Amino acid sequence: MANFKQYLPRQIVDSGGNRWDLLLLPLVLAVIILLAFGAKQMARPYHVGETIPLSLDAWMLPYYLLRTTLRMFIALGASLLFSCAFAALAAKNKAAEKIMLPLLDILQSIPILGFLSITVTGFIALFPGNLLGVECAAIFAIFTSQAWNMAFSLYQSIKTVPGELVEAAHVFQLSSWQRFWRLELPYAMPGLLWNMMMSMSGGWFFVVASEAISVSNQNIKLPGMGSYIAMAIEARNLGAIAWAIGGMLVGILLYDQLFFRPLLAWADKFRFETSGGDTAQPSWLLTWLRRTDRIQAVGLKAIALLERSFTVFRREYDGTSIRARPSPPSANAMRIWDAVIAALVLFAAWRLLTFIHGEVGWHEVGNVLLLGSYTLIRVMVLIALSALLWVPIGVWVGMNPRWAGRLQAIAQFMAAFPANLMFPIAVILIHHWHLNTEIWLSPLMVLGTQWYILFNVIAGASSIPTELRYAAQNLGLSGWLKWRRYLLPAVFPSFVTGAITASGGSWNASIVAEYVTWGDTTLQAHGIGSYIAQMTAQGDFPRIALGIGVMCIFVMGLNNFVWRKLYELAENRMHF
Amino acid sequence: MTSPIVELKRVGKSFRSADGTARSVLEDVDFTLREGEIVALLGQSGSGKSTLLRIMAGLIPADDGDVRYRNQPLYGPARGIAMVFQSFALFPWLTVQQNVELGLEARGISPEERAVRAEKAIELIGLSGFEGALPRELSGGMRQRVGIARALVVEPEVLLMDEAFSALDVLTGERLREDILELWQGGQMPTKAILVVSHNIEEAVVMADRVLVFASDPGRVRSELAINLPRPRDPNSPAIRSLIDEVYALMTASRAGLPTEEPAYSPYAARLPEAGVSSMEGVLELLAAHPFSGRADLPQLVEESELTDEELLPIVNALHMLEFAIVAHGDIQLSSLGQHYVDGNNALRHELFGQQLLTHVPLAAHIRHSLEQEESGELPEEAFLKLLRESMNTEEAERVLNVAIEWGRYGEAFEYNYHTGTIHLPDGSTDGQ
Repeated sequence: MANFKQYLPRQIVDSGGNRWDLLLLPLVLAVIILLAFGAKQMARPYHVGETIPLSLDAWMLPYYLLRTTLRMFIALGASLLFSCAFAALAAKNKAAEKIMLPLLDILQSIPILGFLSITVTGFIALFPGNLLGVECAAIFAIFTSQAWNMAFSLYQSIKTVPGELVEAAHVFQLSSWQRFWRLELPYAMPGLLWNMMMSMSGGWFFVVASEAISVSNQNIKLPGMGSYIAMAIEARNLGAIAWAIGGMLVGILLYDQLFFRPLLAWADKFRFETSGGDTAQPSWLLTWLRRTDRIQAVGLKAIALLERSFTVFRREYDGTSIRARPSPPSANAMRIWDAVIAALVLFAAWRLLTFIHGEVGWHEVGNVLLLGSYTLIRVMVLIALSALLWVPIGVWVGMNPRWAGRLQAIAQFMAAFPANLMFPIAVILIHHWHLNTEIWLSPLMVLGTQWYILFNVIAGASSIPTELRYAAQNLGLSGWLKWRRYLLPAVFPSFVTGAITASGGSWNASIVAEYVTWGDTTLQAHGIGSYIAQMTAQGDFPRIALGIGVMCIFVMGLNNFVWRKLYELAENRMHF
Repeated sequence: MTSPIVELKRVGKSFRSADGTARSVLEDVDFTLREGEIVALLGQSGSGKSTLLRIMAGLIPADDGDVRYRNQPLYGPARGIAMVFQSFALFPWLTVQQNVELGLEARGISPEERAVRAEKAIELIGLSGFEGALPRELSGGMRQRVGIARALVVEPEVLLMDEAFSALDVLTGERLREDILELWQGGQMPTKAILVVSHNIEEAVVMADRVLVFASDPGRVRSELAINLPRPRDPNSPAIRSLIDEVYALMTASRAGLPTEEPAYSPYAARLPEAGVSSMEGVLELLAAHPFSGRADLPQLVEESELTDEELLPIVNALHMLEFAIVAHGDIQLSSLGQHYVDGNNALRHELFGQQLLTHVPLAAHIRHSLEQEESGELPEEAFLKLLRESMNTEEAERVLNVAIEWGRYGEAFEYNYHTGTIHLPDGSTDGQ
């Protein structure tokens, strides 16, 4: 009986939305109302010095979760816009590219606290008498933990669009605007989404620092998960910490199901390999959305609007017009530009030297470099230790397809979970047993980042070609020889990918991991992270800058001299 | 009927290699594409025929000379010129219909008109029913049909086909080719001229009214062959067979005619044909055996060896270069040395190969000579790559050195260490006697 309907014209059966519309409507309305409510709360009157009433009551958690999530999504949206603008400019303008890429490299290695301490007063001055200024500062801090890797991924993708597709776009007269939406952005989509998810996790990690602003002699706590956690730590309330962990789990699960999962499933069509490959996990929400009539129509209208913009921003001339005549690149202009850049760099270097000489002194520089090498040793030892632990486990799991899929998802989830929530427990244990902080605080640095190694190795091991596996079995490889000749080289490239991410994350985490507080107990390990954290708390501006600068140098040096070399090795020698 | 559409006069193009020296890929090319004709460009890899096609498509500018489309200078891609790509170049996230509409959308044509015109093109090329499919759901042949529909829907005057059939299997490629010729003959295409770049000699001869054979280093038109046979043409008819023979003779002539035509580059830095040792061995054995018994017509050898023209021609060139065989007038003849090689055991084969390599390939001799002067018997590959880069771009230099290394390894003249990137003398010959 029900099947009969499909023979009738669709308009008659489905007029005015279908049952999927009706089912989904409450969800859509709820999301809209919540967003509007949260947004309204952000623009309340506020004067510097006021304390916003906050409570450790678990019933307040949903509200705090809403505020925090809202901030993170606003920051994510800003990051997305920034990435598009950055990537489009850097990929198309050679002169801009020359400055923008190194700049991004530097920005990427500046820890988020650094941005916060520099900008917070400015943002507050921007909206006098309103909470919006502080909100902006918090959102900007989250933005700085999200934007750079997204921008870089988008830029990379645009630069590597396959040549024949670019040629096709030119032959069929696509304008830059059309090319961006039809070719470049879709091509970059999978990588961009992946980086957006990483960015969200990165944002959670610094949620405390960005909401409970205690830099530059400010002490403001914005309503949100971060402030809740900060208060729980001050009050030594373990129960509240547990509630926060629970709340955060729910939050991550919610936006995973409602936002990222549908997006990933939708973005599956942008995968470039034109045949086969594993498909993304399906999303119930996307399937549901695709069955709706009215709600989907809203989305289609947006797409139609975009397509209408193609008519406006089209190329009006073709290759026979004088406007298409290429102006030959002027060697002189390029040379002048290079000279300008060189002059700027020299000027900056000179300013830096006078600054160090006048403000902090060379002795301090030596001291910070020493602290930096402590942290360097910690990062390297811990990456090595987690490799020792996770590589064999990852290989074993990856070779067992029954486990691989499930455990990989769990590892990804663990990477998204802010490990710093576990820090109070570590503090209590260390304090209780009177352990050496220099050693025992270190594991906190890789608590959140080790998972990158695990899930990359799982992915690497599960993609070992079956024939290679058979060959190894057939030859009777076993014991150490099997690892040395077969398994380790096979997972090396994916291990390097994971270790690069883990190392970058660990440096950033050192700021919170080397300087941990629990109520009035403060545990500190010597290192550049604790130096920066300490100076930020004191609002000692020159020393924050020095600490951040030195950390940048360490991170960039490590990337250039260790990870890039290993990556090239993996690319050239150990590829299937 | 013969008014010119695209005119190229004294066109030249060079690319800068990594060390800044310019290498010429096209020199002094004159070419006119006229209304109502199909022209095929043939030539071995590196002869600049793809570059020429891209200059006509407005994708890369010519360095010298004059490029005109309908008597207007061509600075970039023109609306009247569409292109079909070797790898199809479809946008995988767009459906068949959206892909076909791409060029219309870019021009700002209304969705309704777009749909009508796309529908027509889709039907013309035999894709009806697949409008909503994504390219990844289609087979290679169907994907290229989408590529062709996308080009035809903008009603181009000129259709450029860049090895459009070479990524397809033979049968599919032939069917698609026949379909296009049928549309062309039937006047169902808006297109007034087609330019085909191909590696496949049979394809060129069956399709084209004119075949232009390109010479390499730098690319230039070596000879032109008009084909006035009526279409459809049967590839197995005697007239076509003899034409194919003729083109083979033209294509292999450069190597046979030898160095007079070669430009003034250092002989050490000459391009080596990209031929693997095992396939050279295979072709020699095939040539020695029944039914050829030492002499073969090249088209027949292509058929028998199940290799494509693109694969076989470098092998033939290499065999000629090493004097294991002699190529003349589209035929290949096993030399007495080649016979000796085929009859020999593995050790003798290695020895003969090494001896011929050092005698006839200056680059290999130069490598061996330089190594012998080193006490350690080894040198970094970079030194030789630098020499090669003076006359070719980086990738080509690497390719040529790879060929030299493979040949050198087989001929036991020198070896190569992948991990250190050094070339060294084989073990046990450090004194180089």
